[in-house]
Amino acid sequence: MAMQHVPGTDRGRVFLYALSTCGWCAKTKQLLTDLGVGFSYVYVDLLSGEERDQVVNEVERWNPQLSFPTLVVNETKVIVGFREDEIREAVGA
Amino acid sequence: MVDESEVDRFARDLAREAEAGGYHLNPDEEFTRSLVRGLLANQERYGYISCPCRLASGNREDDLDIICPCDYRDPDLSEYGACYCALYVAADVEAGARAAGPVPERRPGPAERQRQKEEQAAAGRIPGGLKYPVWRCRVCGYLCARERPPETCPICRVPRDRFERFI
Ligand code: SF4
Repeated sequence: MAMQHVPGTDRGRVFLYALSTCGWCAKTKQLLTDLGVGFSYVYVDLLSGEERDQVVNEVERWNPQLSFPTLVVNETKVIVGFREDEIREAVGA
Repeated sequence: MVDESEVDRFARDLAREAEAGGYHLNPDEEFTRSLVRGLLANQERYGYISCPCRLASGNREDDLDIICPCDYRDPDLSEYGACYCALYVAADVEAGARAAGPVPERRPGPAERQRQKEEQAAAGRIPGGLKYPVWRCRVCGYLCARERPPETCPICRVPRDRFERFI
């Protein structure tokens, strides 16, 4: 169980770093699903060992506070937290 | 997997304790249940109810500030009307008079936490003239002057290791 893909309309590379226990992460994932956007996600809390360290470093690079959800669109736009309007805009939906 | 009857029970206990202490759980029952489920999942994984919306290290000492209720709940309730997860909300939010907005993360990132830890370790011992050190509960702000903090905070019931040296 590392990275999961949710199929949908191609809006570029939409990647969600999330926690399996977090309410705002669940809302973000639901929003993307409802918008019909194709995206990938990973539950960082479920990773362990080297894989986890590697993903944690990745998140910190986008968001030094290492908070969740962190959404990265096309390796450029970073949205931290469930900011519905910003997310809609970033995925053009 | 977390057992649903356990979720019910814990949600009821939390709600009762919250009300007794003047706090309120989020009235959105489904949302609150999902967070309670997360707290129980963390209890199972780490042995303590680490914040469901934050990445725990699994080392209790490093996670002390994010064991629920976290050190950031009260300032976030005052400033945003909800804790970071929105498990706890302010009275007017609970009553539906105001919606809780998104709460930015108040906990410093890993690098800054490390820096603060070193700074604290470097800061000296008891200042001159004081007979006792003063301890502060990091969750509710309760202060007491005695050799060691109490085993349990008499105000908010968190354990001794949630206290910090204040003076
Ligand atoms: S008080 Fe809220 S933000 Fe803090 S640990 Fe508990 S659920 Fe998380």
